[in-house]
Amino acid sequence: MYNFDFVKAGSVADAIAALKEEDAQPLAGGQTLIPTLKQRLAMPSTLVSLAAIPELHGITQDGDTLTIGAATTHSTVAREVAQSYPALASLAARIGDPAVRNRGTIGGSIANNDPSACYPAGALGSGATIVTNDREIAADDFFQGMFTTALEEGEIVTAVRFPIPQAATYQKFIQPASRFPLVAVYLAKYADGVRVAVTGASEEGVFRWSEAEAALDADFGAGAVKGLSVEPGGMIGDIHGSKDYRAHLVQVMTKRAVEALL
Amino acid sequence: MAQVAMTVNGASVSGDVEGRTLLVQFLRESLKLTGTHVGCDTSQCGACLVHVNGEAVKACTMLALEADGTEVATIEGQAGDDGTLSVVQQAFQDHHGLQCGFCTPGMVMSAAALLKDNPKPTETEIREYLDGNICRCTGYHNIVKAVLAASGQEVPAIAAE
Ligand SMILES: Cc1cc2nc3c(=O)[nH]c(=O)nc-3n(C[C@H](O)[C@H](O)[C@H](O)COP(=O)(O)OP(=O)(O)OC[C@H]3O[C@@H](n4cnc5c(N)ncnc54)[C@H](O)[C@@H]3O)c2cc1C
Ligand code: FES
Ligand code: FES
Repeated sequence: MYNFDFVKAGSVADAIAALKEEDAQPLAGGQTLIPTLKQRLAMPSTLVSLAAIPELHGITQDGDTLTIGAATTHSTVAREVAQSYPALASLAARIGDPAVRNRGTIGGSIANNDPSACYPAGALGSGATIVTNDREIAADDFFQGMFTTALEEGEIVTAVRFPIPQAATYQKFIQPASRFPLVAVYLAKYADGVRVAVTGASEEGVFRWSEAEAALDADFGAGAVKGLSVEPGGMIGDIHGSKDYRAHLVQVMTKRAVEALL
Repeated sequence: MAQVAMTVNGASVSGDVEGRTLLVQFLRESLKLTGTHVGCDTSQCGACLVHVNGEAVKACTMLALEADGTEVATIEGQAGDDGTLSVVQQAFQDHHGLQCGFCTPGMVMSAAALLKDNPKPTETEIREYLDGNICRCTGYHNIVKAVLAASGQEVPAIAAE
C-alpha cells in the first residue's frame, strides 16, 4: 500500500473541505477501498474518513419514505429496516459476510457502483434518490456504468432516500468465492408500476430491464417474463460465467423474483 | 507518523503509526500480539478477525487510525489470566475444530461474536455466520460442532453431504 495522510472528519463541511486537497478520497467502511489500496490500484494523498460524522448515520422514516444516512453499515440496515422495508433489509443482510457488513456502508457501495454490487440494484429497483452534500440525484441518473456515477470530484453521498414499495424482493444468485452476486435481480412493485433492476450481469453495470417491467405492468405473473430474454452481447463474460450464462440467469432470477411476490 | 491509542484486551495501549498502517499490523508488529493472523490480501479469509467495540471486524481491512479510541478484543484475551480456555476455545479443542490452527483465532473470535448476539444458533445460522472464515483443513463440520457445543446445545452427528 502506498502511504497517505488520514483525516477523521467530524462533519460534512469538514469532509468537503478536506476533500479539496489534491487526490484526497473519502473512506467509508473501507471494505472495498482498503483491498483496492493493498493492490496499489489507487494512490490517494489523503483519506478522509466519513465514519465519525453524526449527520451521515441513522435511518428515518417519514410516511412511505425511508432515508438512510450514507455511513450507515449494512448490519444496521439489515437490523433496522427489517419491519419497514424487508426486501432492502434482506439485501443488506446478504452482502458479503458479517464482518464486512459491520464495516461496509450504503454510501460506499452506491458511490463505488461495482457492476456486481447489491445496493445499486436496490436503489435503482426502488427508484431511490441519492442525496449528496450539494444536490439530489435520481437513481436513474446516478448510476452511469461500471464504477461510474454522477458524483463530481469532491462530492459525497450523504443519504439515500427510498420510496417504500407495495412489495419487493431481492433474488441473489451468489458467486460463493467472492460472496458478491453472479447475477441478482431487485424487483419492486409500486402503485405506478413495476421496477426490475439487474446487477452482476451487464458490462454497463446495474440496469433496468424495461422489457420485463412493461410485461409485468401488463400482467404480473410468472408467465410474463417466460418468453423474454436479454441480449448476451453486452453481458459480462468471465471465468465464473459466460455472457450467455449471465443472460440466461437474468431471466431466471427475474422469474424467481416474480414468483416470490405471487 | 501519527499517535494512536486504544484498549486492547482491557489494557490501554498506544503507538506511532502511518496513515496506511492496518489494525492487524499494529496488533502484530507493534504490540506483538501475533495470534491475529493474516491469511489473504483480499479481505476474504477471516483469519484476522477481531472485535472492535464488540463487533466482528477484519483487522486487515481497517486502518489502525480508524481504531483510535476503540476497545479491541483479540484471541490473546479469550483465555482467563490463569490460562483457562474460554468456552469457545475449549469446545474447539474438545470437538477437534482445528487441525493446522491457522484459521482458528479468526474462527474463535467469529464464533464468540455470534454467540454474543445469538446464544443458541441453529446449525444453519452457524454456517451462515462463519461464511467469512475460511478453513483449509477441517472441512468445517467439527467447527460447527464446536460452536454448537459452546452454545450448550446438543451436538448432532454432522456428516459430509
Ligand atoms: C469479502 C467481501 C465480500 C463482499 N460482498 C459483497 C456483496 O455480496 N455485495 C455487495 O454489494 N458488496 C460486497 N462487498 C463490498 C462491500 O459491500 C463494501 O462495503 C462496499 O462496496 C463499499 O462500502 P464501504 O463503506 O466499505 O466503502 P469504502 O471501501 O470505504 O469506499 C468505496 C468507494 O466509495 C467512495 N466513497 C465511500 N463513501 C462515499 C460517500 N459517502 N460519498 C462518495 N464516495 C464515497 C470511496 O472513496 C471509495 O472509492 C464485499 C466486500 C468484501 C471484502
Ligand atoms: S487476512 Fe484474510 S480477511 Fe483479513
Ligand atoms: S485448521 Fe488449518 S486452516 Fe483451519
